[in-house]
Amino acid sequence: MYKIAKENLSALFQKIAGEQELYLPVNISGQVNFAAWTEDANVDLDTLKSVKSPKDAFFPQSENLYTVTKEDKKTKIEPEALKNQNFVVFGMKACDVKGVEVLDKVFLADPVDTFYAARRAHGTIVVMACHEPEETCFCKVFGVDCAEPVADVATWMVEGELFWKALTEKGEALTKSVESLLVAADGSDEAKVEAERCAIRAIVEKLPYSDLSLEGWNGDVLLDKFNSPIWEELYKPCLACGTCTFVCPTCQCYDIKDYDTGHGVKRYRCWDSCMYSDFTMMAHGNNRTSQMQRFRQRFMHKLVYFPANNDGMYSCVGCGRCVEKCPASLNIVKVIKAFQNQGGEN
Amino acid sequence: MQELINRAKELLESGEVARVLGWKAGDLPYNPEPAYFEKAEDLKDFVYNGFCGANLSKYMIEASKLEGKTMVCLKPCDTYSFNQLIKEHRVDREKAYIVGVGCKGKLDIEKAKKLGIKGIESVSGAEMTDDCDTLTFQTIYGEKSVAYADVMLERCHVCKGKEHQVYDEIIGESKDTKDAERFAEVEKIEAMSPEEKFAYFQSELSKCIRCNACRNVCPACSCRKCVFDSTKFDSAQKANVDSFEEKMFHVIRAFHVAGRCTDCGECSRVCPQGIPLHLFNRKFIKDINEFYGEYQAGEDTDSRAPLTNYTFEDVEPSIVTERG
Repeated sequence: MYKIAKENLSALFQKIAGEQELYLPVNISGQVNFAAWTEDANVDLDTLKSVKSPKDAFFPQSENLYTVTKEDKKTKIEPEALKNQNFVVFGMKACDVKGVEVLDKVFLADPVDTFYAARRAHGTIVVMACHEPEETCFCKVFGVDCAEPVADVATWMVEGELFWKALTEKGEALTKSVESLLVAADGSDEAKVEAERCAIRAIVEKLPYSDLSLEGWNGDVLLDKFNSPIWEELYKPCLACGTCTFVCPTCQCYDIKDYDTGHGVKRYRCWDSCMYSDFTMMAHGNNRTSQMQRFRQRFMHKLVYFPANNDGMYSCVGCGRCVEKCPASLNIVKVIKAFQNQGGEN
Repeated sequence: MQELINRAKELLESGEVARVLGWKAGDLPYNPEPAYFEKAEDLKDFVYNGFCGANLSKYMIEASKLEGKTMVCLKPCDTYSFNQLIKEHRVDREKAYIVGVGCKGKLDIEKAKKLGIKGIESVSGAEMTDDCDTLTFQTIYGEKSVAYADVMLERCHVCKGKEHQVYDEIIGESKDTKDAERFAEVEKIEAMSPEEKFAYFQSELSKCIRCNACRNVCPACSCRKCVFDSTKFDSAQKANVDSFEEKMFHVIRAFHVAGRCTDCGECSRVCPQGIPLHLFNRKFIKDINEFYGEYQAGEDTDSRAPLTNYTFEDVEPSIVTERG
């Protein structure tokens, strides 16, 4: 394990950014989101959660897939170049990393999404333990340990020092490239990190959502859950906006559209939201015609369909962003609880 | 709150209303959600406190289509939106039993979090029976007290006053929480150079994630099908392709609600990225006031609005070129 004083972090970022792209939490106009590091970026490692999850680093909200141009009578199709430069995402949280695992299941399974795969191959993730988890967090419910995060490099911020531990080959390579700025940690440092782990875990135990039960949520209950009358009640305050889906680290649905540039076509994809009326719109129309159906889709996908197709893995990681951001104060926790309160029948 | 629940029970049991539209207690101390109550016994979950910021007027568009009357709880500022919806024939006044609920300013939990309050276990000082001067948070990381006003929604700092514009009865006391000038922020931006203005809006609007929460919550955005949801365009309402799209979306929306926006502040309340969207609308309101005389949308249901009316005193279009 290594360490670096907090005040030397800007030198660390400069060093990393000198060699590859670096994305980290930056405060822009009062909000913290992952953005590319620049010398005058207002880096914020203290805010627990970025508004948007860092999934953009691997699966950007909008990206071009290919461009079609016409010259004389010839049509030229040029696929967008795949990511071929290494980059680092610094300051992801354990739940965010688990979110990437969920995305891997979708995009790295056959047929492999080459755009995503290229970014995964070139990206190095530096994860940070959560110093002070908040009441909206419930990662523990999904088996995430925010005290012992796992990625290419794991870090802990303890009393003005960042402790640094490489866990993979990529992590070792990154460590080597910044070694001159790191100091080897000793036995007392190990004790400090261990104390931090214990402190974090003690807080997690106190969080109001940590004892949330997922009993009754799995791939085997599909029709019971699907046909429950509870959805009819639950969806009502939903504004049908896409906030929950766009701040979510695991929502992976996207739309593909053609943009007429006037002298050709750009085919692009952008995140879609199952809350939107044109979601999965096809030539014959839309197979979900009411907001109740669209609302149900989101939670059925995360808690029933996804585990059914992925060996029981849920596609919620308990980051709590939807809990914080839903304009109508609806969220996945309330959905889970509503079914619980109905007793065993659902 | 008990008085409100009692009255709701009475109205439900007498059959005068078929449902009650209010707020249901959340699972955290600060996240009640808009909810319908159809049975008197369901009212045990009814809540009304400082965290009930949501403007329920827009829900009445759907509720107007239901069988029977809906008792709806509206705060003084919400009633402007309801009136405007009556004017636009989007809600049915006959289908609403409006209980004007008292308001002492509503809270923005994001502001508390920005003050370093986290790990919230309970909150006191936000009930309608409280003075609403101080809020005390019990958190996992200790107790913290803050001035109520420091956690108030922006719109409450420019409160339109204690008067409900439309109601069947009023329950509870209101407090005028105004402690700032409504157009002060707009004036600051007006005073900027074009380059500064551009940089300001670029910085704010580049945060937009195209979630459409501002549009979906907006009582003035009541089109059955929004033009941005059309599948006939190459651009998508959900793609933040470049800064152009976000800006166009917000500017077009501001134009569309100009003269109809009551300045209810819901757009800024719900924006997950904290974009001060109300400033666009407020700029239009300020201009309308200056060009056509003081006008407050939602103050009444039958007057002609400045932008849909013509008088000889109307400002000449050349004002745009003269003013720059």
